[in-house]
Parts: sequence; C-alpha cells; structure tokens
Amino acid sequence: MTQLEHHSNLVPWQMLAQHTGATLRYVPIDGRGVLDQAVYQSLLNERTKLVAFNHISNALGTINPVKAMTAAAHAVGAVVVVDGAQALPHSHVDVQDLDVDFYAGSAHKMYGPTGVGLLYGKTAWLETLPPYQGGGEMISEVAMDQSSYAGLPHKFEAGTPNIAGVIGWGAALSWMQQVGLEAIEAHEQALLAYGTERLLAIPGVKIYGVAPEKAAVLSFNVAGVHPYDVGTLLDQMGIAVRTGQHCTQPIMDCFGIPGTIRASLAAYTSREDLDALARGLEKAIALLA
Amino acid sequence: MESIAQREAAILEDFSFFDDWMDKYEHLIALGKELSPMSEEQKVEENQIKGCQSQVWLCAREEEGRVFFDADADAIITRGMIALLLRPVQGQAPVDIASYEFGFLDPLGLTAHLSPTRANGLLSMVKQIRLYGVAFQAKRG
Repeated sequence: MTQLEHHSNLVPWQMLAQHTGATLRYVPIDGRGVLDQAVYQSLLNERTKLVAFNHISNALGTINPVKAMTAAAHAVGAVVVVDGAQALPHSHVDVQDLDVDFYAGSAHKMYGPTGVGLLYGKTAWLETLPPYQGGGEMISEVAMDQSSYAGLPHKFEAGTPNIAGVIGWGAALSWMQQVGLEAIEAHEQALLAYGTERLLAIPGVKIYGVAPEKAAVLSFNVAGVHPYDVGTLLDQMGIAVRTGQHCTQPIMDCFGIPGTIRASLAAYTSREDLDALARGLEKAIALLA
Repeated sequence: MESIAQREAAILEDFSFFDDWMDKYEHLIALGKELSPMSEEQKVEENQIKGCQSQVWLCAREEEGRVFFDADADAIITRGMIALLLRPVQGQAPVDIASYEFGFLDPLGLTAHLSPTRANGLLSMVKQIRLYGVAFQAKRG
C-alpha cells in the first residue's frame, strides 16, 4: 500500500489483514507528494502477496508510475491491484499495456451516475477466483444439491444488475469518447498550469501536491486560515470546492494539516472559472483577515 | 438576566440589518474573533464535538443553578457559529437549555446556507448544548 491512498483503498485491505493476519506495509510520500520508489523497491520481497496503490491521487493529483511499479511487483510474484478512480476521467488508460492484474474505476468520477463502477481483472485471475455473491444470473445449472457457475463476467454479476446506472454510464462514456480523452487531458493540463499560476500569485497560498507528473487538481491552503472557512465563503460565492481531508487522512497527517481546499478541474472547467476562483479566494481572504 | 427568548429576539434583530450573505458572515467572523479562547487543558477529546469538519470543543459547568459554557473551534466561522449558539443559553437554567429549540437558526437561513457536512456539525453542537442542560438537570434531581 502507499501513504497516498484514498480511504477506499486502505480500509478494505485493513479489514482483510485483520481477517487473514496479513501485514500491511506502506510506501511513504515526499514533500511534493511523490511516492518514494527506493522504499517501494526495498519493501518488495518474496513474501509480498499483493500490491495496491492508486494511479492518480485524488487529494494531490500525483500520477504514479503504474507500469514500472507493476513490473517490480510482478518480479517478486505479487498481484497488482490499482485504484484507477481518478485516472479514468483524466487520462487515457490502457490496462493491458500497464500489465496490472486488477484495475478499478467509478462511474460517478467519469461524468456518470453514482452506484456503478468497474473492476477489470486479467482473465486467468477471474477464472480462478470464486464468485463473491450467489444468486440469479450467475449460474449455469442449479440442482437441489449443488450448482455450477456461469462463465465470465456473469459469475461475478449475481442478481439484477444496476441497469439504469450502466446505461447512464454508457452515455457518459460515449460523450467522453466524442470529446476525446486526449482532448480532455490536454484541456485539463492547460487549465492546471493556468490555475497554478493564478493561485500562486495570491500571497499566502500554498499548493499541496507538486509532483512533476500531475493530474488536474488544485489542492491548497492559505497561511493562517482554516480551509473550512475559505470553503464556506467560496460556497457562498457559488464556487464549488471541496474542503477537508478528501478521504485521505494519512496524507493530511503527513503534511501536519487539518485538510486542504481542493478545486478539481474537468472537461467543462474554463479559464473564467479559475479567474472566478482566484477573485473569490482574494475576497474570502480579505473577509477572514 | 435576560431570558432565552429575549436573547433570541436580540439575535434576530441583529441579523435583520444584514442585506446579504457577506454581512452575515462578516458578523459570524467577528463573533468568532470575540469568543474567548478555551485553555489548552479544556481542548481534550472528551470535550470535542464529533460530526464537524473543523475541530470544535465544548464544555460546561454549573454555578448556583446556572450553566456556563466554554467553547472553541479551529475554524473562525465555526467559532462564530458556536458563539452564536451559546448566546441565548449562556448562564441559563438547565431545564431551559435542555428543551431549547434554537429557533433562530432557520429564520437566519443559517441551516440552509451551510453545506450538508457543516449543517451536521451544527446539529451536533446543538445536541451537545442541550445534553449539558439535561445532564445538569438530572444531577440536581
């Protein structure tokens, strides 16, 4: 695991470790929010069963070197599970090229509805793994004494699927493809550079997460001001930011801060939005001074 | 001493002069700055209110049948909110605090203006203040 994880990629492994007696080890981050690859290498050994980390940090925007980290994990025989919730909306992901064993994503991070997501797995793994739920649609033959399971992917899709969610997500994905994943990425990267420049021009602003490879998220604080106060005032101005720990308490503890103010950029964000954020932030700082 | 109802009326009158959200929040920020800080010894986990995005502490003591509160928060607007909540109940009798409805929050639009997590924090603060009222009432028997 790493210090950079969303709670959703920490807590389930902690639960599993409690259940199985496994030991969790964490790769730390540096002051820029970049994973320490030397420590990562040193933690890998023949006892390493599984490596789980995110592709892109939701709190800091750090893009992790998934392909290299996966190859290193595979070299010691470990399974690689990647949380791709933040990479799928912001970049073009090729799971086969990355060679990961499992890759997870969320529709509501991809302009789609809530309550639906995906888990990619290599066929060999999916055939080996037993079903995690039993019920209708996931069987081939059912008798009173035993049942046999359906093939992939039905084996893992017991019961009535989230039909509306999947159709909604399909529409969102078509839209993303129509706009173009590369076009979205280029648009967001240009905005990230512009937004960074605008925010750093405001006295007292510190940006958290300054990895050289970074996705379109601006996580920041203002010296001497609680992030929640800034967020409350920006909210009044109709500027939507999130404040707090962003479900990444270990990252905030690492920086010794209660949280950050985070502006997430997307395909529909414009330079004018970032101008409004900068003006709003100046106004909020003046009110709180 | 003014009753809870009188103090509530005074709060509503104060806020009636504000035309927009900025005035309201400037007032809350000012209230937050005026609130005397708690001592570090009081800022312990047992005095912390759960359910708020910023850290909030509240404790109370009883003197001659009246309840006196001390509160603090690490965010200034939250400090202002808790100062505002304490204004009607400071020094009142436990029985009045236990049943107080904080009826001024809705007309001031403060519950609506605050984001869901913040409103939950507000609710936690209200519950905790009332709980002190109940506890001191029970203690008196």
